[in-house]
Amino acid sequence: MAGERILVAKVGLDGHDRGVKVVARILRDAGFEVIYTGLFQTPETVAAAAVDEDVDAIGLSMLSGAHMTLAPAVVEAVRARGADIPVMVGGIVPNHDLDELRAAGVSAVLTPGSTAEQIIDEVRRVLDAETTS
Amino acid sequence: MPTPREIWEAEFGAAPRRDADFETMSGIPVEPVYGTDDGEFPGQFPYTRGPYASMYRSRLWTMRMFAGFGTAEDTNWRFKEIIRAGGGGLSTAFDMPTLLGIDSDDPMALGEVGRCGVAVDTLADMEDLYADIDLGEVTTSMTINSPAAVIFAMFVAQAEKAGIPRARLGGTLQNDILKEYQAQKEFVFPPRQSMRLVRDTIAFTSAEMPRWHSVSISGYHIREAGSTAVEELAFTLANGFAYVELALAAGLPVDAFAPRLSFFFNAHIDFFEEIAKYRAARRIWARWMRDRYGAEDPRSMQCRFHTQTAGVSLTAQQPELNIARTAIEALAGVLGGTQSLHTNSMDEAMALPTEKAARIALRTQQIIANETNVAHVADPLGGSHYVEALTDEVERQAEEIFAHIEELGSGSMLEGAIKGIEENWFQGRISDSAFELERKVNEGRRIIVGVNAFTEGNEEEQIPLLRITNEDEQRQRKRLDAVRDRRDESKVNAVLERLRAEAADPEINLMPTLIEAAQAYATLGEIMSTMGSVFGRHVEVPTF
Repeated sequence: MAGERILVAKVGLDGHDRGVKVVARILRDAGFEVIYTGLFQTPETVAAAAVDEDVDAIGLSMLSGAHMTLAPAVVEAVRARGADIPVMVGGIVPNHDLDELRAAGVSAVLTPGSTAEQIIDEVRRVLDAETTS
Repeated sequence: MPTPREIWEAEFGAAPRRDADFETMSGIPVEPVYGTDDGEFPGQFPYTRGPYASMYRSRLWTMRMFAGFGTAEDTNWRFKEIIRAGGGGLSTAFDMPTLLGIDSDDPMALGEVGRCGVAVDTLADMEDLYADIDLGEVTTSMTINSPAAVIFAMFVAQAEKAGIPRARLGGTLQNDILKEYQAQKEFVFPPRQSMRLVRDTIAFTSAEMPRWHSVSISGYHIREAGSTAVEELAFTLANGFAYVELALAAGLPVDAFAPRLSFFFNAHIDFFEEIAKYRAARRIWARWMRDRYGAEDPRSMQCRFHTQTAGVSLTAQQPELNIARTAIEALAGVLGGTQSLHTNSMDEAMALPTEKAARIALRTQQIIANETNVAHVADPLGGSHYVEALTDEVERQAEEIFAHIEELGSGSMLEGAIKGIEENWFQGRISDSAFELERKVNEGRRIIVGVNAFTEGNEEEQIPLLRITNEDEQRQRKRLDAVRDRRDESKVNAVLERLRAEAADPEINLMPTLIEAAQAYATLGEIMSTMGSVFGRHVEVPTF
């Protein structure tokens, strides 16, 4: 099903925006409606934007090592608004952090080297899991 | 008229010689440079073949390894390790809160303290960072931009407290704010206000710190953000022209500041294009500085640069392969005549490097320097039909980009740089190039070993990674609390008030007051928000 809305976001102080922009274009070209928050967002501003824009999923791009603090905080902020929007993370995430991120409610983690096809498949998988749950 | 070779011979003869046997492994003697008598030689305008006549025959490049993590004490320990291991200079990486000018106890700093570099909040951190390191001997580079003037003020205050006068300090402040808006995106104030701070640091160092490099005009981040090699070269040199015009407009004579401008380029994996890029950079800079900006001192025309291998070329898959990539990239930097070099560690697609990974990266440079004999000859690829043609073409394409920037600025490269940022022109070109490369990788037209080909082995156990715990964040906050407790608040308030007043007057150089603020132990966040109350903040329109 095309046309689902995805919010891609940069949370915290990390200015690396190459990845987020490339992923935004890949998803747009795959038929998603993509909203990019811009830099320096907080978990609260991301959650608020996600709810206001009524998105189907959130993608966080994180390359500064702050994912263990900020990604769970985004999940919490979304839940605190009573919303059930899946949160995905892409970027530099060491393998030893994967289990803890999933335990904290992150739906998917895409690590460096993910192809366009893998990114699109993973987003679809997360969206499908959402509609069947 | 002496021939170019005769001129070169005289200069080479007068230059110091390092102690090594300049021959091949078979014992064939090797000349310092090869070429025809009437051709261009190293150390001769337009310096295509190198800024100096003797190049690595006098001195090898500086093996300058970038380091920083956790608290100042942690990084000080790593610095001493680098010096013991034979690294010739220090290079300081700051954490994200420091790069954005906020304190470690700011709510926005949560989770970022000490992660990507060392946390510096006050002069006390600076004191611990360089404790027991003789800053009159070791040169220091600091990768800091938006708050560069403030961190630099803390650095000067710290050195003078340790008894080293500012005139003896040698090193480099990155201080290249234009590429922050274009690529790296660690901006705080709007472009014009930021440029005022750059002007203040250039004027201050020109007058008081003859050994200091005031701006390291950086293509590295432009390339990492996705540009092509040609865009990296052209945007970087165009930014350099903008800083020259900024300092000229402030009334400084070109030869008073231009010799202290230096450059920082990426070494990516397309070996010959990288070498052509460095050669073209030197040639373009020389011509523009002489012909357009009226430089007379050869040092104003000589493009000297630091090189770092491409972080973005590293793969998380089969990370040991990154050692090979980094070696090839480092070799391009050396054959291109770099003055200093940082080699990335194999684990940096996943985390900050472990000590072992960082040591292997330094050892890679030592292999190039000591085992391969490539440093015997200056510009060894000069005269290669391929490299010469590529150098010419890279230069031609860069000139086309300069013409566009000049048009954006109605004849001014300074205005063109700022307009290009405000209109998202640089940012758009960089994202387009990044996407184009991604498309080639996705279509398999560009192979990345371990990523879209040759993936057998990807499932093997990962190499050990450095873990930074939240304890560092807690420790840093305690350190900051302790400083706030023991400093004289009335002194801090007074100097910040003065800073606010001076910030509002663009004629005033803020450096002396920033040094006083550092000496009073005002925090980075306090100083930046004081200036921010006058300067405002930059907000980028998000596009993709």
